[in-house]
Amino acid sequence: MSESRCGPSETLRRTGVPTEADLAGLRPDPARVAGPVAVLECFQRIPCDPCAASCKRGAIAPFADINDLPVFAPEKCNGCGLCVARCPGLAIFVVDETFGPGEALIKLAYEFLPLPERDGAVVALDREGRPTGQARVVRVQRPKSKDESAVVWAAVPKSLASVVRGIRVEEGRLAHEASRES
Amino acid sequence: MESVEVAVVGAGPAGLSAALAAAGQGACVALIERDERLGGQLVKQTHKFFGSERQEAGVRGFAIAHGLAEAVAAEPAIEVRLASTALGYYSDKVIYLEEPDGLVKLRAERTIITTGAAERMLAFPGNDLPGVYGAGAVQTLMNVHGVRPGSRVLMVGSGNIGLIVSYQLLQTRVEVAAVLEAAPYVGGYLVHAAKIRRAGVPILVSHSVKEALGDREVRGAVVQRLDSAWKPVPGTEVTIVCDVICLATGLTPLTELAWQVGCKMCYVPALGGHVPWHDEDMRTTIEDIYVAGDCSGVEEASAAMVGGRLAGLSAAASLGHDRGVAGKKQAAREELAALRAGPTGDKIRKGLARLRGAGGSG
Repeated sequence: MSESRCGPSETLRRTGVPTEADLAGLRPDPARVAGPVAVLECFQRIPCDPCAASCKRGAIAPFADINDLPVFAPEKCNGCGLCVARCPGLAIFVVDETFGPGEALIKLAYEFLPLPERDGAVVALDREGRPTGQARVVRVQRPKSKDESAVVWAAVPKSLASVVRGIRVEEGRLAHEASRES
Repeated sequence: MESVEVAVVGAGPAGLSAALAAAGQGACVALIERDERLGGQLVKQTHKFFGSERQEAGVRGFAIAHGLAEAVAAEPAIEVRLASTALGYYSDKVIYLEEPDGLVKLRAERTIITTGAAERMLAFPGNDLPGVYGAGAVQTLMNVHGVRPGSRVLMVGSGNIGLIVSYQLLQTRVEVAAVLEAAPYVGGYLVHAAKIRRAGVPILVSHSVKEALGDREVRGAVVQRLDSAWKPVPGTEVTIVCDVICLATGLTPLTELAWQVGCKMCYVPALGGHVPWHDEDMRTTIEDIYVAGDCSGVEEASAAMVGGRLAGLSAAASLGHDRGVAGKKQAAREELAALRAGPTGDKIRKGLARLRGAGGSG
């Protein structure tokens, strides 16, 4: 999959935001859309390889050259999210488009405090940090070591599965308060 | 007079690695650090490092510093001298150290200079106002002393330091108004850029600071667009309200000691400015002096650790120590080559080729 990619787009290099062209190669295989699967938004050859070692199922191939882009085999991925917690670039997400009726699940690395609370509501953000509605926090995986990131499981409308890539816990208003009001 | 086999000046990533490598070969080492703690810039790095497992990829910078400092403490062949500043290096291999109890003379058969780099300043009206900081100072305030530098920051420079410090500011709940970049493209790793974009911070490429606003302290900045020749475009001025202007506009090697010793210095812009010429063993034109880390060419900490290890091994080997040293040196060289093999290593590869091309004689 990654072999066919030809480097980050001009727009990504100017803005830091991947375009449709950058993301095109990441669409899960149509045969592999059921259940959670990792989406590796890693577009630039940099010397970095911890994702390969983080995967216990061999879904991310060992790197021949540490500057390579990750080579991902979606059929081996069970969406566990270990790579999400380990990726130094915070560039890996797990997306489950079949999470619930009309709902998709996004697992994303979150390195801000306070952590959101389970079952609370948070603001869903797109790749430019723009609010795109509300996300429901399904689970918060606290880091097992200081070298991991916390992983937040955020449920969003299915139409936003490829749009939401961040969350914001409202300032001065913890998630459980937000959900109580709504 | 005290004497050691290997003196290492500067206990950042390169120096810690150099001291451990030399001691690992059986050399008696003095590790000299002007700060009161080991680790250099590593102690402020809260992000996970890149590189491969061999260079502790995935480990946060401060944790790497902690691990290296523990290894140094467990190594009886390394004497750590904190709050010790190397003032100069004189004939008969003597380093003068300024220490809390006074001036100390230390004779070292080999000296490894790992003094790091200093931040570059940017010229604009008002750059002397309180509120204009270097990115290193902002990191020190936040991550060493737990002090917020301000409430709304304009970051100047989108290299990895500018992007990472912007992210750390957000984690500290300081607003980042924008990141400016004079070049037409983001300078640092795109994953760092994507992280701060997701948090809502704009990155303005082809933009620079025209002037800082404020009488007694920074109240804002006027920014302007640059054309393809990096010339300001009139009429594009925009005022950004901020109380901090943070400069992350590059580093320049800290090479005073190498100059004073008389090492041949080469001006290589891709390496950050004047750097001591050094060979593939990290040895300078002065036989007993080695260099590693940013003072030998501005790069990043993973490469500094490997380069430091190579310098430590080389210095120890030159004194006759050999615990499989040839194989370890080769492994370090291969790791450096692998780290620099990709497109993000282009600049350093070209810089080193130019340095080596300058020749080590004269």
